[in-house]
Amino acid sequence: MRSALFRHVRPEQVREITLFVIIVLALLFFATQVPGFLSGRTFTRVTTAIPITVVLGVGLTLVVLTRNIDLSIGATVAVVAYGVGTLLANDMGMSPWLVIGLSVAIGATLGVVNGLIVAYGGVPAIVATLGTMALFRSILVTVTDSRPVTTARLPEWIVDFNGVVLISLEDLDVRILPVIAFVVVIVFQLLLRYASFGRRLFAIGSNPAAAEVAGLPTKRDVFVTFVLCGALAGLGGFMYMARFGNIDTQSAIGLELTVVAAVVVGGVNIFGGSGSMIGVLLGATLITLVDQGLIRWAAISEFLRDALLGMLILLAIASDKVFLERLRIIWARALRAEESRAGEAAATAAAGGHED
Amino acid sequence: MLEKRRLQRRRVDMKTRLAPYLRRWETFLLALLVSVMAVNAIAAPGYLGLQNQSNLLELSLERAIVALAMAFVIISGEIDLSVASVMGLCAVIMGVLWQAGVPIELAVLAAILSGAACGLFNGFWVAVVGLPSLAVTLAGLIGFRGLAYFLVEGEFITGLPDSFKAFAQQDLIGPFPTTIFLYAILVVIAVVLLHRSGFGRYVYAVGNNKDAAIYSGVRVVRVKMAVFTMSGVVAALGGLIIASRFGAVRGGTAEGFELEIITMVLLGGVSIFGGSGTMIGVVLATLLVLNLRNGMDLATISGNTQLGVVGLLLIFSVLLPNLGTRLGDRRRARQARASQAGVAAAD
Repeated sequence: MRSALFRHVRPEQVREITLFVIIVLALLFFATQVPGFLSGRTFTRVTTAIPITVVLGVGLTLVVLTRNIDLSIGATVAVVAYGVGTLLANDMGMSPWLVIGLSVAIGATLGVVNGLIVAYGGVPAIVATLGTMALFRSILVTVTDSRPVTTARLPEWIVDFNGVVLISLEDLDVRILPVIAFVVVIVFQLLLRYASFGRRLFAIGSNPAAAEVAGLPTKRDVFVTFVLCGALAGLGGFMYMARFGNIDTQSAIGLELTVVAAVVVGGVNIFGGSGSMIGVLLGATLITLVDQGLIRWAAISEFLRDALLGMLILLAIASDKVFLERLRIIWARALRAEESRAGEAAATAAAGGHED
Repeated sequence: MLEKRRLQRRRVDMKTRLAPYLRRWETFLLALLVSVMAVNAIAAPGYLGLQNQSNLLELSLERAIVALAMAFVIISGEIDLSVASVMGLCAVIMGVLWQAGVPIELAVLAAILSGAACGLFNGFWVAVVGLPSLAVTLAGLIGFRGLAYFLVEGEFITGLPDSFKAFAQQDLIGPFPTTIFLYAILVVIAVVLLHRSGFGRYVYAVGNNKDAAIYSGVRVVRVKMAVFTMSGVVAALGGLIIASRFGAVRGGTAEGFELEIITMVLLGGVSIFGGSGTMIGVVLATLLVLNLRNGMDLATISGNTQLGVVGLLLIFSVLLPNLGTRLGDRRRARQARASQAGVAAAD
């Protein structure tokens, strides 16, 4: 019974379950503090705020798993939202599919720039993407003369896009953006779990030198993660435009920090090698829930939100260090004990066979 | 014949003696700085005047100062993303205390102590608990900024006393305000501390190979705590300088400055992986960035474009040497192959 537990549940999953429990606890806590918190409106607010963070977080996780980082995603979102928004404002008749495709393509192109510099140029990711973060945004400001895109200039379908309800259960409305985000999470979770590419990312992040020696195409894989991260940031840019409508050159500044926070709280190791998309989804949910709760909790100043978010990040990584490492040790010991027991059993069985 | 050979030998001697200096990153930075200044001087008369040079340094002095401490952090193999938030928080703490009737001297002291506390806080999680500094100081970047906004709730604090504003606004000697002398003193201290003291050697040792440093008896925890505390104190100083220059503080003071500060350090040739880099390089890179931005200011290029150019500079500062070594490796490999082929043919 016990060994079954150790064999079928990994320490990382224990962490995800813990995170889920914390989310439920936070939900219950705010429900007791904020009148009318457990309502369809809170559900809508939280599910509207999560999707962009989640989609960006999935892309960032691909990069972080390989022991890299992409700080330029906020700037990519701004470039895509602004660029595609301007195109749309000039040509109202563009088809929705073309708009989404264009967003992803622009994002992927910026990802190619990052990928080339990091994977083939050998520039440390934090240096490269700190540079491209400033570069992308400055190109945006220079090219556009800082003229903002407003909802008034956008076609109606994109303004209404955010409010499209796919499923309605009593007073819980499931809108389209969270569904897109959820699909992205599932697709990339499956990719990480079952595709050879996904498994290679873990290998590269756990030990880049060993992965290279083992003959894995590390450069190409790192390049591809940056392109995918850029493409997902492009999708995030489209969602940003759909959600906010009013975009200027200063949009999405600091968004990368929220995304990194969600990824870290979601249990992705900042030094690569471990993490999951489900964790990112949970991390983004917790952050958004706490944020939305604090806005409405009368006992605490709204201005304390960021200070508490900082504490939350610190708590998440500290508990990873203290508890997750201990869990891993317990797991390893239990599995080893089981193996040696099985080995002994096999040995006695073999010995018994000889005596016959 | 003999004379000629001696001359030749001397020339070779000079070459070998100069070569290490020519190949140094700092020499390249110096050349770049001189050419940027030359271009600016031709384009804008009065550029090289003491007044303009003093101005361009004065307007970014807080970043230049914080870059000095950041160099220690990065050489020790860590990073501090929270500096700009600490700058803002400490400036706000000073302002709030002053508004509450605390004498300005005490308020300034409290701000510097708060900076030390922020640094100790970061250092504790990184050095003692062993968490990655990237994540810890990201939490600090968000959290300390949040505290700053919490303390002033989106308001401005103005009406700081003249004696405080004079610090960054009044000239001490000629066109130079007090803060420039402060920077000069801090540069000397930083150079001595990093290159001429035991502590500096420890910082390199920790950044090069933490485990080897531990086995060599270096108190790694203490070195890292010291480095982060230094970063916090200097960030507080930087925050106070901004407050003094603007005569006001708000929650968003110094927001986003970490990009430029880290750029100055990395452009200065400090490796992001720790263990290498010089203080002279950081100072040269600081001057390069400031002169470049000042030149673009004079050419009325917007601040955002300037940041883009700085970003590009940052990328190329690592990319070009990388490509250079790779091309060199390839050429050497080809030569080796060619000579092997030659030997094979001779056989």
